[in-house]
Amino acid sequence: MDFYLQLFVLIPLIGFILTIVIPNNEKIISWVSLSTVGIHLLFSIGFVAYWLFNKHTPIDLKEFSIYKSDGYNFFIDLYFDKISAVFALIGAFLTFLIVAYCRTYLHREEGYKRFFSIIIFFYVGFNFIVFSGNFETLFIGWEVLGISSFLLIAFYRDRYLPVKNAVKVFSIYRIGDVGVILAMWLSHHLFHENITFQKINDASLVHEHLLNHSYTGVIIALLIFLSAAAKSAQFPFSSWLPRAMEGPTPSSAIFYGSLSIHIGAFLMLRTYPFWEHQDSFRVLVVIVGIATTIIAILTSRVQSSVKSQIAYSSIAQIGIIFIEIALGFDNLALIHISGNAFLRTYQLLVSPSVVSYKIREQFYNFVPHTKSIEESWPKKLEYSLYILCLKEWNLDSLMYKYLWNPSKKIGGRLNFLTFQNIYFISIPILIIGIAFDLNQEFISPGILEYLPVFFAFIGLSCVFKAFTERNSVRLSWSLVILNHCFIALAISFNEHFDNIHHVWYLSGVIVSGIIGYLCIQRLRKLEKWISLDQFYGHSFEHPKITFLFLIACLGLAGFPITPSFIGEDLIFSHIHENQILLALFTALSFVLNGLAVIRIYARIFLGPNAKKYNGKTQRTL
Amino acid sequence: MIQSKKFDEQKTIHNLKHYLPAQAPLKDFIHHNTLHAFQEKSFHEALHTASDFFGYKVYLNLEEYRFQYKARKINNSIFERVIVKHKGIENKEIWANILLNKKFDETLNPQIGSLRSHWKNNFKIDLDSLVHPLLFRTVCSYLDQGVSIWNFPTNKLGFLSSIREIEKNSYNSFFKTKRVKSLLTQESISNRELLKILVGDESLFEQYIFDQQFSHPGWSGIVSVIEENPSTLLDARKIKLEELITFELLLEIDALDDHFGEIWAPLGMKVDGKIRPFLQEVKKNELFEVYSLWQEIVEWNYYDEVLCGLAQNKQQESSENVTVSFQAIFCIDDRECSFRRNVETLDKNCRTFGTAGHFNIEFYFQPEHSDFHTKVCPAPVTPKFIIKETENKKKIKKDFHFSHTTNGLIAGWFYTHTFGFISAIKLLFNVFAPSASASSVSSFKHMEKDSLLTIENINGEVDKDGLQIGFTVVEMADRVEGMLRSIGLIDKFAPIIYAIGHGSSSVNNTHYAGYDCGACSGRPGSVNARVVSFMGNHVKVREILKERGILIPDESQFVGALHDTARDEIMFYDVRVLSDVNYKLHLENKLTLRAGLDLNAKERSRRFLSINTHDSAKKIHKKVKLRTVSLFEPRPELNHATNTLCIVGRREFSKGVFLDRRSFFNSYDYATDPTGKYLLTILNAVAPVCGGINLEYFFSRVDNQKLGAGTKLPHNVMGLFGVANGIDGDLRTGLPSQMIEVHDPLRLLVIVEHYPEVVLETIQKNPATFEWFENDWIKLIVAHPDTKSFFLFEQNQFVPYAPFTLAIEETDNITSKIESTHENLPVYLLKNN
Repeated sequence: MDFYLQLFVLIPLIGFILTIVIPNNEKIISWVSLSTVGIHLLFSIGFVAYWLFNKHTPIDLKEFSIYKSDGYNFFIDLYFDKISAVFALIGAFLTFLIVAYCRTYLHREEGYKRFFSIIIFFYVGFNFIVFSGNFETLFIGWEVLGISSFLLIAFYRDRYLPVKNAVKVFSIYRIGDVGVILAMWLSHHLFHENITFQKINDASLVHEHLLNHSYTGVIIALLIFLSAAAKSAQFPFSSWLPRAMEGPTPSSAIFYGSLSIHIGAFLMLRTYPFWEHQDSFRVLVVIVGIATTIIAILTSRVQSSVKSQIAYSSIAQIGIIFIEIALGFDNLALIHISGNAFLRTYQLLVSPSVVSYKIREQFYNFVPHTKSIEESWPKKLEYSLYILCLKEWNLDSLMYKYLWNPSKKIGGRLNFLTFQNIYFISIPILIIGIAFDLNQEFISPGILEYLPVFFAFIGLSCVFKAFTERNSVRLSWSLVILNHCFIALAISFNEHFDNIHHVWYLSGVIVSGIIGYLCIQRLRKLEKWISLDQFYGHSFEHPKITFLFLIACLGLAGFPITPSFIGEDLIFSHIHENQILLALFTALSFVLNGLAVIRIYARIFLGPNAKKYNGKTQRTL
Repeated sequence: MIQSKKFDEQKTIHNLKHYLPAQAPLKDFIHHNTLHAFQEKSFHEALHTASDFFGYKVYLNLEEYRFQYKARKINNSIFERVIVKHKGIENKEIWANILLNKKFDETLNPQIGSLRSHWKNNFKIDLDSLVHPLLFRTVCSYLDQGVSIWNFPTNKLGFLSSIREIEKNSYNSFFKTKRVKSLLTQESISNRELLKILVGDESLFEQYIFDQQFSHPGWSGIVSVIEENPSTLLDARKIKLEELITFELLLEIDALDDHFGEIWAPLGMKVDGKIRPFLQEVKKNELFEVYSLWQEIVEWNYYDEVLCGLAQNKQQESSENVTVSFQAIFCIDDRECSFRRNVETLDKNCRTFGTAGHFNIEFYFQPEHSDFHTKVCPAPVTPKFIIKETENKKKIKKDFHFSHTTNGLIAGWFYTHTFGFISAIKLLFNVFAPSASASSVSSFKHMEKDSLLTIENINGEVDKDGLQIGFTVVEMADRVEGMLRSIGLIDKFAPIIYAIGHGSSSVNNTHYAGYDCGACSGRPGSVNARVVSFMGNHVKVREILKERGILIPDESQFVGALHDTARDEIMFYDVRVLSDVNYKLHLENKLTLRAGLDLNAKERSRRFLSINTHDSAKKIHKKVKLRTVSLFEPRPELNHATNTLCIVGRREFSKGVFLDRRSFFNSYDYATDPTGKYLLTILNAVAPVCGGINLEYFFSRVDNQKLGAGTKLPHNVMGLFGVANGIDGDLRTGLPSQMIEVHDPLRLLVIVEHYPEVVLETIQKNPATFEWFENDWIKLIVAHPDTKSFFLFEQNQFVPYAPFTLAIEETDNITSKIESTHENLPVYLLKNN
């Protein structure tokens, strides 16, 4: 039976590859997608039924090792228990219905094929997460979910707002990613192995390891919570959810009404045994849950657009779900998750009907003004809260103020870097760095200690500049590549670093970097001039370059399609527990370089194309 | 530009309102000319101007025109004729070459926006992204009709005054900085003073306001519409466009203060002449000449074919000795075009007519259980009458998914744990076995079938708004007479005369009002059909009609009915009044009409790629019905797509010609109206209703981004009155892409069967109607009843028009033609009609 577990991720993966290679014909596309999800649904039902009637104990399947060396083993691990069962069934059921729905709904829409590919891709990621047996496997799904979300929000890539919001949402997701990366790093040090979720369930094992490292345990829990909160739009990240509602209604329904939005809750449920004995952490989760619920429920009450109202109501329920999880009511939470997913999906799907329904209701039973509860509060409190809710508690602007604007400021300090001088500056530094690395014995240990941090800092600076560069595409792209080189250099100062790890890490980066660079050069030749100062929408005329460049971006960002993905994890395994600054710089680099490449992709290839619309279009569309 | 130009705020606002989109809230969606503001100019000049002012795309791309030529869809003689006509024979070759080969840069560089863009270029600040989200949110919440649970704390005095009150009584603020707060509290603050801070140079104020408001025409447009007509919202709101501008100016100053501190130079100081002058007359431009020529070419390419068809049509006069089985009066609507043809094919002895679907009766309708009344006649008409519904026992269905409680805290918690699972089951059924539900719109629900209507007014009863309840006998007779005379039905009455209104059914459709009858202000025509039948059957009305020369025999009876154009179903009203003989006849007719609807569904289905048109009519009809209740079907029907013609004449004039659902039909007999009295009434309705529909489709098709609503799939409902993309977008006006994708943007061609001199005199009687023809927004052809020759209205006179003698194919098997293609069909002559 264990063997069949891998089919859960294989079926959608095969389906996804098929959706890429099949011809662009609505019938074939929808048939392939529907069969993929249909088979998956039948299989899920069968599997879960069999599991329930037999032993219904958790199953763990160690799939295979991708890379192994002493003390390090990167392996795919699958796991199945009641949490996976519930999520798998909701996911399969809803995805199947939505795919069936979209078969007709998207008829004649530009990007029909792209849409189904993304949906199935999303489904691949979802299943990777739901069936993951360790952090590494989960992280693969996590990344797939993030990128498919980005692509789906920007599905209408020829308009301004969807692209802008897709980048915005992606940046919040990226915060979630850093949580998982660092949690992986720390747990590796805590358990001295790539820990599986099955082992985390072993209370005595966890207890034993936490005994001397309770501090590490708390930080891991906090990092997990950070990721979960970002992905499930909990306070203070809530404002991304309504902004994600830019794709076709059914895709918003399934992503942001049901599946994607509950993944944070899944992560909390999955790691529950790990933090169950950390009472203060549980109190924190409850507090954040309460804060989220209160803010979201009040905000939802003032929303005058249907989708944003549903979004905030859903966030409020997820806040409660987090509380339920923290209090240990996992069964209740699972029921709640299912109910919320179904209800919100359906509400979003019928949301266009609200006009005729409510107008009819009003026409026949008009009640001019129903007093809401807030109106019985003191006026000053009511009005103050109203403004606060209308402005969504400033959550959206706070993200800007405290996260992105400071990055921009730092990037702005590096304006002396240009594409012309960047290699003259960086290559000598790299060479000196490598020279130092090879001759470590001649350097005093006092200095040696700071070198990794120093080079990591240079790497981080590169990516800050890449992230904020407003003109030169080549500069920005080169800086991202250089960032990887500096990080690799920084880590090599740590002892026992095997050079083969560099090959793992840099191979994908270099290849993707070159492919991306060639795409940029080709586009420069075709278009004479490209820049990063706004969205240019070149996908309109160059869909093939767009696709290729996207792959290059994913490779360069360490997405699980090249060995760099494992390299990233390897790099982290070499950072010592006490090198917090180095870990932080490296993690920040990963977050920002992902953002930087997606930003480059969005600015060049997405957005309204002047040729398509015979000039500029409104930025409010 | 003259630098000393003084800023006159009232004038500017008036001017601005003229150009803003005039689309009403969704529930009152009515088709109108999207570029109505330019209607005083002639068509091509207006389009060029609109494009230059606001950056609208107003024609197809050159490539699209050229493609049609290369695909041999364009008759070469038409191509040459149009060029010769406009450019002279001597320039034929040159212009043909320009049209076909010359490369043009089609990028638009509009006048709008050039001033305000300097914030971004010179000040490096993106005001739109700082101001728009909060602005839209605030306006939407203020106008909201029932989406939010906790409503905007409004007061009766209006938008700004409500904001002031909130601002005064709260611990926080809409704004981030201090200066604007104190500016807002000064009741006397004027836009001029705010503009002085922002722009400085008074000569730029008007341009600035235009730039600013046209960065979100949808929101400004709805505010302007609501200001002019507050009753268009059920829950009325007081708002003025100038208040919106004040609030926006304040938010802009706030954003600038927040960014630069309180000291910054006004915009006017940093533009130094680098702006395009604004609202300037446009200069002739070769590209736009090329566009206009191409447009004329594709139009005449089709018009000419139609005229050939009409010229070759053997008009078979109905022979005297045939007993007419029944007569049916339909709406003028192009969607009835094929229904009528199919019914006529099935029953050769029936006669059909077309007239505007309110059947010449103007009133408000008030359904039972409602405090509101709704207009059921053309939008420009203001009725003095109201008809109320009584004895309606139906209750409206409810659906918890729309209930506010699901979004509450405790109730929401409870709901998600319980009803959430019902949603899953509902979803399953909706995807695999769709059926009608509370969320769907059905035309038959507009008025309950067996309810009673207060049609007759005996004692002069008036309702609370001063509207007369029902019509007196004389008033009824006037209206019935008017309708019958205008369509030329004044003798040879059949035993049953049907008055068939129409409406539409759909689900998940925010634009549902645009699917119903345009002549009934976007409502189904059921009430009107019932009312006109009641009046026609009224004994006293018949007496008066008899005195006026229209003798309706006692055996003849009127029956009202409603045709659902999406479901192709028909419902008859008050059949119990029929005599036994007539009832039997009715049962036969009913079968004919129903069979006609099956055929109609089949004919419509050729545009639906998901239906196999080769299937039997019955099978297809089932699928067509299913579309109207399927949540996932964005195209329950294609409405007026492909509409291009309006024929005003006897049925014989066009009966033998297949026009592929592209024509509005208004029955009219020139012989009974020698002075054009009724023709004027007909054209008064045809121009705004059919012309409005045609041009809205035209512009939504050529620029679906700015003049249309884009694809409807991601639309988000805002406050129940509009749709936007996402949550921070501008309101989308015009038609969604799903409605216009098969439409060919051609202007409406009205063909009137009458004497040119009578028509010439008639159209000039009403300046509003005349403008449509004079400025070429509608093309007008007159068919001479005696000589059968055509005259084209051009530069205020009728000039002879000879169509190319193109042989129009004759066919006796239209079904095989219908099954052959998804594309437009050519004109055919119908054998044995």
